[in-house]
Amino acid sequence: MNLLAALFAAVMDLPERPMRWAQRRLSGGRLGWLFVGPNLAIFAVFTFLPIAIDFHYAVTGGTQLLPRDRPYVGGDNFASLLTCTDYLDPNSCTRDLFWHGIWNTARFVLFQVGLMLVFSLLTAIVLNGRIIGRGFFRAVFFYPVLLSPVVVAVLWKWILQREGILNAWLMAAGQPTTNWLLESNWAFFWSVFVSIWAHMGFYTLILLAGLQAIPAEINEASAMDATPPWRHFRRITLPLLMPSVLVVLVLGLIRAVQMFDEVYVLTGGGPGTATTFIVQYIYKTGFADQVRQYGLAAAASLLLASVLLVLTLVQLKGMKRG
Amino acid sequence: MARFLTLTRGFARWDWTDWAAHLYLLLGVLIMFGPVAWLGLSSLKSEGALQAFPPTLLPYEQASVDVPGRGTLKLFHVVAGEYQGQDLAELRRMGLQSQLIDPKAPGTIIRLKLDERVPITRLRAAWDNYSALFGKFNFLGYFWNSVFITGVATVLTLLVNSMAAFALSKYRFTGRDSVFLLMLATLMIPPTIVLVPNYLIAATLGLTDNPWGVIWPAVATPTGVFLLRQYMLTLPDELIEAARMDNASEWRIYWRIVLPLSAPALAVLAIFSVMWRWNEFLWPMVVLSRSETFTLPLALNSFQGELATQWNYLLAMTVVTLLPVTVIFAFLQKYITQGIASAGVK
Repeated sequence: MNLLAALFAAVMDLPERPMRWAQRRLSGGRLGWLFVGPNLAIFAVFTFLPIAIDFHYAVTGGTQLLPRDRPYVGGDNFASLLTCTDYLDPNSCTRDLFWHGIWNTARFVLFQVGLMLVFSLLTAIVLNGRIIGRGFFRAVFFYPVLLSPVVVAVLWKWILQREGILNAWLMAAGQPTTNWLLESNWAFFWSVFVSIWAHMGFYTLILLAGLQAIPAEINEASAMDATPPWRHFRRITLPLLMPSVLVVLVLGLIRAVQMFDEVYVLTGGGPGTATTFIVQYIYKTGFADQVRQYGLAAAASLLLASVLLVLTLVQLKGMKRG
Repeated sequence: MARFLTLTRGFARWDWTDWAAHLYLLLGVLIMFGPVAWLGLSSLKSEGALQAFPPTLLPYEQASVDVPGRGTLKLFHVVAGEYQGQDLAELRRMGLQSQLIDPKAPGTIIRLKLDERVPITRLRAAWDNYSALFGKFNFLGYFWNSVFITGVATVLTLLVNSMAAFALSKYRFTGRDSVFLLMLATLMIPPTIVLVPNYLIAATLGLTDNPWGVIWPAVATPTGVFLLRQYMLTLPDELIEAARMDNASEWRIYWRIVLPLSAPALAVLAIFSVMWRWNEFLWPMVVLSRSETFTLPLALNSFQGELATQWNYLLAMTVVTLLPVTVIFAFLQKYITQGIASAGVK
């Protein structure tokens, strides 16, 4: 261990000479750019440049990866994605999977964010009360947040499989068993359930921090006036908690719109297209299909980005007010 | 008991809301932690025990006995008839009949009806599910890939982000605030948006099928810069001035003074980084396609497709994947939850 520390120290001393030289050549503040440089360079290569390339891909067609080999097609990719005879029926669209993805994602976001908010709020309020072993319960609710999405998916697959423990319980209770992940509505239900299971601990933590920031005097004053619990919650707790609720709502929305990992491993997007979300469409079109249509994937990415941009602006606006 | 608890905790009295709250939390423990416990228990069952339906809670396995000249036979307990109460070893099943022998007197064959005997089960953990991971599958390889990517990416993340945070908090230079805003703006660009072009860039730089293809894009994080900058702003400038008086170079000031003083913030970022890299899935899946380069989540994903019938290995591998994170969490629970609550990031 000491050897490792000495080695690390020696490595970290290496930039000493060149940095001293640079320090003599560069006056005052310009040295700052040297420190910011590596970080900016990585951002430039893996974040800013890709956005520019995204636009290029979106207006070019073909299956070539290299930009110079790709023919310009103008707005064709967008047109292809957005053409439907009936916008309420994905099957009438040129890219029906894209629209299945949009509708599924919309449905998923609605249920997942709504229910997750309710349950994490409930859990945070309960945890904020007089609880024996609060630290333990908080840790247990938070634990799934740390698990890899693939682990989460395999875990629930094991429980939900045809001869899994859930069906065993149902059978013991004399109820009919179900092939949970092979029936559209159930597969969708479990996608929502599993993603709430995996993420609600994080939001509970934010809400709990918000609850603990409410001054004790306010609660005491309200108790003194014998405010009924429901009215106390509606009139005092909720308004004071609003900034945290807003953070949870918008962060939850941004993440839910991009849902991919857990559900992809859990259901593979199926049965049929029942749990295919928008990011899976991008992944499938760009990387998993035999014919890799980078242009379509990039165009879909940009459409998704515009939705996320709107959500982020809402968040910034809400945070300013909060 | 309840009175004892209420006394020690200083609760005036328990009303129904307290009972409801604790009941809710206990139910929560069952739902949040039950599945993980079930996974752990199941991973210790042998392939045969896993196929039992309804499943048993603990890893039971049918007992067997070695009979000279007959090989290894399964043991049954006789519940009816002439041999009631004896433990016999089954030679073979023939229709509705079973041929058994007494292990102590293997000469005579005893014929019984199937419902006259019940299998003898013993508690036995199938550790070979775990040992097989190292023999049958290239598990150590995947484990090493994950450790390498997580370790190197975390060290580089700390280094690169703390350098940027140092300049952004302790220097004045033109464009400093714009740089900071630009970095924060990247928070708004989720990685899924730049999936396609990042693949092109990784391919052009020769980073596909290469652990560095996962490491480099992850090294600069807006969260990290923000977290460290906010912390370094609280360090007194006088320390740096004093060091400059002593003719210390700026690099030395950065890494001998500012970096050690930022240890708490660095620790939070290190925990985040380890979590992010260990669990990352979509980008590694895009950039790593040869199975030798797979990380644990990728290996797990491809196995759950291929080994759908070999749950015993799949479950053991899942447990090994979640174990490091669980151990880290068990020890650093307080810091992790505090860090996340204060930074509001995951």
